[in-house]
Amino acid sequence: MTAVLSHPTDLRSTAPRVRLAAERVRLAYGDHVVVDDLDIELLDGSFTVVVGPNGCGKSTLLKALGRLLRPDSGQVVLDGKPIAKTPTREVARTLGMLPQTPVAPEGLTVADLVARGRHPHQSWLRQWSHDDEDVVAEALAWTDMAELADRPVDALSGGQRQRAWISMALAQGTDLLLLDEPTTYLDLSHQIDVLELVARLHAERGRTVAVVLHDLNLAARYAQRLVAMKDGVVVASGTPHEVLTEQLLADVFDLEARVIDDPVSGTPMVVPVRRLR
Amino acid sequence: MSPTLTRPRLGPDKRRAVRIGPFSGVVRTRQLLVPVVALVAVVVVSAVSMGRGDYPIGVVDVLRTLVGLGDPTQQFIVTELRAPRVVVGVLVGLALGLSGALIQTFARNPLASPDTLGINAGASAAAVAVIVLGGGTAGGGQLLGGLGLPLAALLGGLTTALLIFGLAWRKGVDGYRLILVGIGLSAVGIAAVDYLLTRSTIQDATAATVWLTGSLNGRTWDQAWPLGLVLLVLVPVALACSRQLGVLQFGEETARALGVRVGPTQAVVVLVAVALAAVSVSAAGPVAFVALVVPQVAVRLVGGSRPPLLASALLGALLVVSADLLTRTVLPVALPVGIVTAVVGAPYLLWLLVRGRRALT
Repeated sequence: MTAVLSHPTDLRSTAPRVRLAAERVRLAYGDHVVVDDLDIELLDGSFTVVVGPNGCGKSTLLKALGRLLRPDSGQVVLDGKPIAKTPTREVARTLGMLPQTPVAPEGLTVADLVARGRHPHQSWLRQWSHDDEDVVAEALAWTDMAELADRPVDALSGGQRQRAWISMALAQGTDLLLLDEPTTYLDLSHQIDVLELVARLHAERGRTVAVVLHDLNLAARYAQRLVAMKDGVVVASGTPHEVLTEQLLADVFDLEARVIDDPVSGTPMVVPVRRLR
Repeated sequence: MSPTLTRPRLGPDKRRAVRIGPFSGVVRTRQLLVPVVALVAVVVVSAVSMGRGDYPIGVVDVLRTLVGLGDPTQQFIVTELRAPRVVVGVLVGLALGLSGALIQTFARNPLASPDTLGINAGASAAAVAVIVLGGGTAGGGQLLGGLGLPLAALLGGLTTALLIFGLAWRKGVDGYRLILVGIGLSAVGIAAVDYLLTRSTIQDATAATVWLTGSLNGRTWDQAWPLGLVLLVLVPVALACSRQLGVLQFGEETARALGVRVGPTQAVVVLVAVALAAVSVSAAGPVAFVALVVPQVAVRLVGGSRPPLLASALLGALLVVSADLLTRTVLPVALPVGIVTAVVGAPYLLWLLVRGRRALT
C-alpha cells in the first residue's frame, strides 16, 4: 500500500497555507528507529487526528512536530521556518503541546497552572501583566474552570484535570495546538467532554489542532482529516470516510470489522468482528 | 466544594497582581509575609546573639553599636569578636536554605538536598584530608581560620557536584537519577572521611570531628567576606530562575513546550545550588539538616506547590543563628551548631507533617 502523503495540491491562491510540516523525518530513540522518512502537513485551520496501533510512532511524531524530539534526519517546518532553528520561546508562542498525562506538582492550584501557560509571553521584568490576568481569567471561564480556580489540580477528577490543562494551553495563546491522547484514562462521557472542548477550540477560536487518539469512532467523529499510521509510516490520510475502510482496518489494525455510518454524526463507525492473524 | 483535605491549612491565599515601574508580577500575602517576619526575626535573634557572652550587652546597645553609635569597648566586642560569627551563621543558613529549595524543586523530591546528594560529603572529605594530611598548615584550631581548609572544602564540594552532574547527565538531568548518583557519591565521600580519620593523630581527629558537625566557633571576617561576596552573586541568579523553576516542575516535555530552554536552565539551577552548598560548607563545615528541612518548612508556611526560594533562604538563616544562640546560652556545653540544627529542625518538620496532612512535595 502506498502512502497518501497530503491533500491533492490546490493551485488556487486561496488554498490554506501549511502551518506545520514534517519533511522526510527520521525519528529514533537511540538506535531504535520509530519513524523513517515520513512527511506530514498540517494546514491552517485544520483539525487533524492521528490514529494507529500501539507503537506505530504517532506520539513520537507529535513530539517531533512539537520540537520535543529532534529528528535524526529531515526537518520540521513551522510557518516556513525550520523549527530546530527557531528560538524555544518563539515556538512556544506559536505552538502549544500537551504531552500524554502531564503531571502537575502537588498543591498547585488550577489558577496557577493556567497562569503558567503565560510563561512564553513573560520576561524577568514583565512577570505578570494585566493582559496575562485577563487571558487567564478568560481561559478559565471558557473552559468552565473558573469556579475551580482555587482548587489544587491534584484534587480534581480526571476530566476536570484535563480541562485544566487545556485551559493552560488556551492561556498560552498559541494558534497551533498538539494534543497527545488527551482522553487517556477518562470514561466515555469525559472523553466526549474533552473532545467537544477541543472541537470548540478549533471551531470558535480558530485553532489549528492535531490530536493523537486511540478511539477510532471518536477520531472519525471529530477529525476533519484523519491520518492512519503503522510501523512509523503514514498509511492513509484524508477525510474519515476516505481513510476508515474495512480494508484499512485489516491492514493497519489487523482487525476484521464492519464500517457503518454513525447514526448520530454520519461519520464512519467501526464495529469490530475479530482480530486477524 | 470541599477542598479541605489538600488545601494548605492557613486558608486560601489570593493571587494579587502588582506593578512597580517596569516590573509586574504576582504577589500573595503569605509569600510576602513569611519572608518579612523571618527577616525581622533574623535581625532580632542576631542582635540578641551578639549581646550574649562573658561581657553581656543589651539588644538596643547592640543595634546602636551596629549603626556606629556604641562606645569603643562595645564597638570592638560586637563588630570584631561577635558579629563575624553571627554573620557567618546568617550567610550559611541563607545559602543552605536556598540550595535545598533549588535542589528539591529541581529534583521534584523532598529528599534531595546537598546532604543527600553527597556535596557535603565531598567537601568534608577534602577538608578532612587537609586537616589530617597537613598540607603545610597543620595545627588544630589555627588551621580552621586559615584559607587552606575552606578552599579545600569548596573544591571538594564543587568536584563532587561536577561528578554528580556528569554521571547523572543524559540529554538533561532526571531528578531520581541525580539523587541515586548523589547517594552513591555521598557514600564514597563518607568512606574517604572515615579512612582519613583512622589514619590521623588524635588531635587532628578531634579537630576534624568538630569541623564535621558544622561549627561557627572562632569564625572571623576572613570567612564572612568571601562567603558574602559569593552569595551576592549566587542569590540573585537563583531568584531569577524562580519562574523557570515553576514551569520545570511540570517535567521536561511540558516545560519545553512552554518555552523553557530545559538543558541550560537545569545546568544553571544545579550549579548555583551546589555552589551555595559548597561555599557554606567551606565556611562552617557541613551544618546538618538545614537544607533538607527548611525548604519543607517554608513550603508549609507559605503554601504553594514548591519551596519558596526567598522564604527558604531567610528561614535557613533564622534556624542557624537561633541554633547558634541556643548552643551558647541555654545549653550547658557549647555544642557545635550542626548538632542543634538537627535536633531543632527534625521535630519541627515532624510536627508540621503531622499537622499538615499534606504529602511531601
